[in-house]
Amino acid sequence: MHPHNKPHLEVIDSPEFKHLVKKRWSVSLILTLTILVIYIGFLLVVAFDKSLLAQKLGSYVTWALPVGFSIIVAAWLLTGIYVYWANNSYDPEVEALKNKINAN
Amino acid sequence: MHLTSLFLQAPAMPAASTLGTANPVSIIMFFLFVAITLYITYWAAKKTKTGSEFYAAGRNISGFQNGLALAGDYMSAASFLGIAGMVATKGYDGLIYSIGFLVGWPLIMFLIAEPLRNLGKYTFADVVAYRLQQRPIRIVSSVGSLLTIAFYLIAQMVGAGGLIKTLFGLQYEIAVVVVGVVMTAYVLFGGMLATTWVQIIKAVLLLSGATVLVILSLSYFNYSPGALFQAVSEKYGDAMLAPGGFITNPFDALSLGLALMLGTAGLPHILMRFYTVPDAKAARKSVFVATGFIGYFYILTFFIGFSAMVLVGKPIIEGIDKGGNMAALLLAEQTGGTAFLGFIAAVAFATILAVVAGLTLSGASSISHDLYVHVFKKGVSNEQGEMKVARRATLALGILSIVLGLVFKGQNVAFMVGLAFSIAASANFPALLMSIIWKKFTTQGAVWSIATGASLSLVLIVLSPTIWVDILHNPEAIFPLKNPALVSMSGAFLVGIVISLLNPETEAAQKFESEKLRTYLGIGAE
Repeated sequence: MHPHNKPHLEVIDSPEFKHLVKKRWSVSLILTLTILVIYIGFLLVVAFDKSLLAQKLGSYVTWALPVGFSIIVAAWLLTGIYVYWANNSYDPEVEALKNKINAN
Repeated sequence: MHLTSLFLQAPAMPAASTLGTANPVSIIMFFLFVAITLYITYWAAKKTKTGSEFYAAGRNISGFQNGLALAGDYMSAASFLGIAGMVATKGYDGLIYSIGFLVGWPLIMFLIAEPLRNLGKYTFADVVAYRLQQRPIRIVSSVGSLLTIAFYLIAQMVGAGGLIKTLFGLQYEIAVVVVGVVMTAYVLFGGMLATTWVQIIKAVLLLSGATVLVILSLSYFNYSPGALFQAVSEKYGDAMLAPGGFITNPFDALSLGLALMLGTAGLPHILMRFYTVPDAKAARKSVFVATGFIGYFYILTFFIGFSAMVLVGKPIIEGIDKGGNMAALLLAEQTGGTAFLGFIAAVAFATILAVVAGLTLSGASSISHDLYVHVFKKGVSNEQGEMKVARRATLALGILSIVLGLVFKGQNVAFMVGLAFSIAASANFPALLMSIIWKKFTTQGAVWSIATGASLSLVLIVLSPTIWVDILHNPEAIFPLKNPALVSMSGAFLVGIVISLLNPETEAAQKFESEKLRTYLGIGAE
């Protein structure tokens, strides 16, 4: 394939492609902000109000434990959400655009 | 970051433990590991002729395999022994570290994995340089890479020497030489294919060993985590189950957090693994698999730490090593006997080997691919010549890492890991991210961003409490934060943005547009 010939430039300027790029970064940005808010929020709670996390959940277990584990699980789930989105929404559009280029 | 104030100068062992004496099981296990991995190296050597095979295993590794290898590259002995030790001695605070080490992975996924795979060839500098001027970018980004690798490598080698001395009763110097020689053999002969399999095997051993250790430990608590936490709180107080005195200054917390999180996304040996898979889809799967395994592993280390705290006891753990680095091993001995201790010790040794092999390979790629081909040969690559340089660079790095391990013997290596993450987060990550997402990024912007990030990290860490007070014994630090990432990384972004806006580079912006098909659709990706 020749990435610099004309049909390719047409694809780059096409609304479908622009939409795809925009959608990709919107999803990325939302997920990035989610993990940043979770993690930095956690650090700030640890830094400013430790007693909040030291509160008991049962007779021994503190809130700090499930919150910590949940962040680890959340990080993994968020990557899973991205993979799911990319496989089911992003990739088909990529394929469609690629076919269009090959047809030209 | 004292979690790698690794195992240095362990005092005499209490009579109850066989730590520090030659353990036949660990020696047999370790030699078995080395024999199997060297056989794999021999097999891989036959398949490793071209550059793509040497640097990227012919791009034939599956997403799942690469995920395991990424986990193997990332789960260092410092994470395993260091975090378990922190939990065993300080309680909950150890988990704060684990979380920081993990949350960089989603960012790799959302921001850089796919574009990195599509735009690059062998090193992350390929991505930064793809639409900018090759020579200046290659020079400055290989400096960023090599600095990160050097500090990480020193920490691992010094840690390895100390660990082996404690575990096997072997001399420090012998241990450093053994690690250096075996690791060099993997990379030199087997390239990325052998390195990948070493990492996969090590990841499987480490994950299964840690799982068995947790199961054995929980059997003392009727397999109930609640009962474990109850025992912790009854023996050492409720404070162990909540954040303690570890993070006091919010800026310190933020700075450390950013270094851990974004440093992961700037580690050259991690980024290099994205070229071993066939396409962006497989790169995605790798990150998902790696994040899952690493997250699981950190949850295990947390249970290992608390179990050790109760079953072995804080005084014994701290009596052997103040940082608690032997907690996991003492727990292994307590719950599974000498044979199991031997197994876990061998796994810890294998872990160091795998990590230094990955580091060395990425250092060699930076030297041969970025510096030799693109700087000295001006981009005209002669495959045979490049491979020769890559192998010589590997040999040189192998010798260098042995020398560094010997020179830095007995040094506190904690700040070196901190420094490695800080340079990765400040020099490598901002330039990489801006080159992927920002059209107006320019050559000058990238050069100054990387230079700023690297030099600020270096200078500020010297002036920080980590070196200025703890090592140089000055009464007060000139720079207040223990980790400089907050300032050095912001500085790198700021300088990159300002310089790019001051001197626009039309050609770079145009190329950014025309290369979009490759970035987003993978058309033309190698």
